Amino acid sequence: MNKWLERLAPIAFGIIALSAWQGAVSALHVPFYVVPGPIDIARAYLTDYAVLNPALLSTLTVTFAALLVATAVGVALAVAMAASPLFRAAVQPWAVMLQVTPIVAIAPLIILWVSQPFIALVVCASIIAFFPILSNTAAGLAATPQDLQDLFRLNGASRWQVLFLLSLPSALPNFLTGLRISGTLALVGAVVAEFVAGSGGFASGLAYRIIEASYRLEIPRMFAALVLLGVSGIVIYAALGLLERVLLRKRDA
Amino acid sequence: MFSLRAASKTYASGTKALENITADIAPGEFVALLGPSGCGKSTLLRLLAGLETPSSGEIAWENSQKPEPGEIGFVFQDATLMPWLNAADNIYLPLRLRGIRKTEAQPKIDAILAQVGLADFAKARPKALSGGMRMRVSIARALISEPILLLMDEPFAALDEFTRHRLQDDLHTLWRRSGKTIIFVTHSIYEAAYLASRIIVMSPRPGRIAADIRTTLPDGEERRTSPAYTSLVTDITRTLHEIMPHE
Ligand SMILES: Nc1ncnc2c1ncn2[C@@H]1O[C@H](COP(=O)(O)OP(=O)(O)OP(=O)(O)O)[C@@H](O)[C@H]1O
Ligand SMILES: [Mg+2]
Repeated sequence: MNKWLERLAPIAFGIIALSAWQGAVSALHVPFYVVPGPIDIARAYLTDYAVLNPALLSTLTVTFAALLVATAVGVALAVAMAASPLFRAAVQPWAVMLQVTPIVAIAPLIILWVSQPFIALVVCASIIAFFPILSNTAAGLAATPQDLQDLFRLNGASRWQVLFLLSLPSALPNFLTGLRISGTLALVGAVVAEFVAGSGGFASGLAYRIIEASYRLEIPRMFAALVLLGVSGIVIYAALGLLERVLLRKRDA
Repeated sequence: MFSLRAASKTYASGTKALENITADIAPGEFVALLGPSGCGKSTLLRLLAGLETPSSGEIAWENSQKPEPGEIGFVFQDATLMPWLNAADNIYLPLRLRGIRKTEAQPKIDAILAQVGLADFAKARPKALSGGMRMRVSIARALISEPILLLMDEPFAALDEFTRHRLQDDLHTLWRRSGKTIIFVTHSIYEAAYLASRIIVMSPRPGRIAADIRTTLPDGEERRTSPAYTSLVTDITRTLHEIMPHE
């Protein structure tokens, strides 16, 4: 009973908020080109979905490609750092620097250097997304219980056996936490990169549609694109959360 | 089985953990290492296991045969099982690391599960087991590679009194039947007196051998209640009082 109430609460809240929004806009006669109501936005989506849906797909493709790259790079770096303190000392400061430098500042360079537009977007988004995977996985690997490491050594385990049978499984929960954060960051990264790239040759993503709509003052269409981004973010976050639960249950039960 | 010859260990941090440890351990002895916290008992076990090297002195193995991987079984204070593996797979680990296939190892796993009284819990995850059961799995894991030397670092310290007595009984029986050499670290005078055939008492840090007591207690039911046991406990207590710095 209580659980159902908790599940329904966000939906009910959404409906109430949307109604209030629609009510306010209608009552105050706010013109739709300043603040559109939910109905205007839905109407904009219904007229433009043939343009908006492919744009969303394009942005999501960049997002998932970036998440894959970020996972591969993040895990590989974390494993190398765990294996070699020297490598960690050499790479860690640079990884942090890459993380704290605003992507908006780096993106124009990358777009200039990488001529293939899709790859340029993926590189930008990966730079934003890889850090949580790197730092969480590294923390997990570093927390591998010493006694178990000793036990493996006593039984003559190879480095690879320690990695695959002990360190990686014990770092799995940390990795999955990192992955969940990186999933939404990859979306942010993809959109930021699209914004910076603008119409420079590969005008296909949602960000470009938002820019385009803002030039033309098609405010409801802009909002429709924003809603699509917001929903995508939530879905990615929830899906990775589900993956986390399923994988951990599979590992532990 | 092996001799410690003036073995000392000073850690990189400057901590002098062991000083001048000399002792001969014969095959089949059950040695209890008894001493105050921080006197280097764990360090000594790690030296024997080859996890640390002595800073001076040496460990000389009988016939110069340094144990191969798997010939030493190690049991830690915590069961240190892998939470994502069930009891059988945790026990299988040492064989798996040696490249022995599961089907080949299965009869051995089943036998050892039965030996530690966990035949019905092969598929249970560590989380679903009690503290005593987890320690049994840990001991089974140490036994599966048929080690000639068993090193145990306060394995029963975290268990309740009832469980501890059961496991002590079982370990003592196992030792009598198998004739394995066991080095058993403990804080408990009672545990040392009950289990061991020889008790090495260590002084506070840096650890030195303060006393080396050979025991003769009756085996079986009356071991824990015999007058010999009580007087042994008294002897050890007196020794501890003598070596501990006062005030
Ligand atoms: N890896 C290490 N590096 C530096 N110092 C260490 C290390 N391991 C242990 N020591 C120190 O060496 C001393 C002996 O430690 P050890 O763990 O061998 O004692 P112990 O007798 O097992 O103690 P306890 O009964 O508390 O387990 C302690 O002062 C400890 O702090
Ligand atoms: Mg210790």
